[in-house]
Amino acid sequence: MQEHYPLFYTFHFYLFGVIAIASAITFVTRKSPVAAALWLVNTMFSLAALYVMLDAQFIGVMQVLVYAGAIMVVFLFVVMLLNLGHPSEIADARGKWPVFVAALIGIVLIAQLAAVSGTRIAPEFSVPAGFASTEMQKYGAVGSVARPLFNEYLLAFELTSVLLLVAIAGAVVLGRRRDGDAG
Amino acid sequence: MLAESLALSAVLFTIGVIGVLTRRNAIIIFMCVELMLNAVNLTFVAFSRYYGPAGQVFVVFVMTVAAAEAAVGLAIIISIFRHRQTVNLQNINLLRG
Repeated sequence: MQEHYPLFYTFHFYLFGVIAIASAITFVTRKSPVAAALWLVNTMFSLAALYVMLDAQFIGVMQVLVYAGAIMVVFLFVVMLLNLGHPSEIADARGKWPVFVAALIGIVLIAQLAAVSGTRIAPEFSVPAGFASTEMQKYGAVGSVARPLFNEYLLAFELTSVLLLVAIAGAVVLGRRRDGDAG
Repeated sequence: MLAESLALSAVLFTIGVIGVLTRRNAIIIFMCVELMLNAVNLTFVAFSRYYGPAGQVFVVFVMTVAAAEAAVGLAIIISIFRHRQTVNLQNINLLRG
């Protein structure tokens, strides 16, 4: 897996990675839900850029359209609907115990990354470099995703439509105002 | 760039876990779950570059599940807010025995 990348590529890869991490950290530390949502959108945009750099252009477009577009708009819409702007509704961090657990998880992750970064990937895991890019030259960015989606994974794809139908029905039933409710 | 992608994905996932553990606002906790799903997607995409396009197909499925989860979860939050006038998880203990 020892490939050589141009400096331009490497620089932008690290740039978007740092932007993603910084936005994610800012996201979990914001008190206002709206500010948090906007920082999360920033993280998703930089992840979309990384997807494009990793030869997954279609996924990058879907990331911007579905995640940064649709899902985050739904989140902001709910924040607006519930009118969470005033300070009494803005939640603080929890008590000492969960913060301690969270810090422990972070330390364990850093230790794991430090331990793994010294090891090398076993040779039997290595595959011909640029496997995906040859596929992409043959079928194009969308075609190389669409071919397995509509061949091997056709059943899963069709089941996804059932999942979406159930989700729509569930959201409508849960969000409906009962007749007895005031307002 | 596989190792860097996996490290970035691990860091983002951990930030999501820490957010779920330390925040009390239900909406922000949902957003942290979305961040964790995004981190997993980055792993799929990074591996799909070397092991073929099936990883990108899984990312499409993960996005669908995330959309469904967001719709149902936010409907539940709205429903809870109507009854309790709060989305602070400290005040929502209906299921506590």
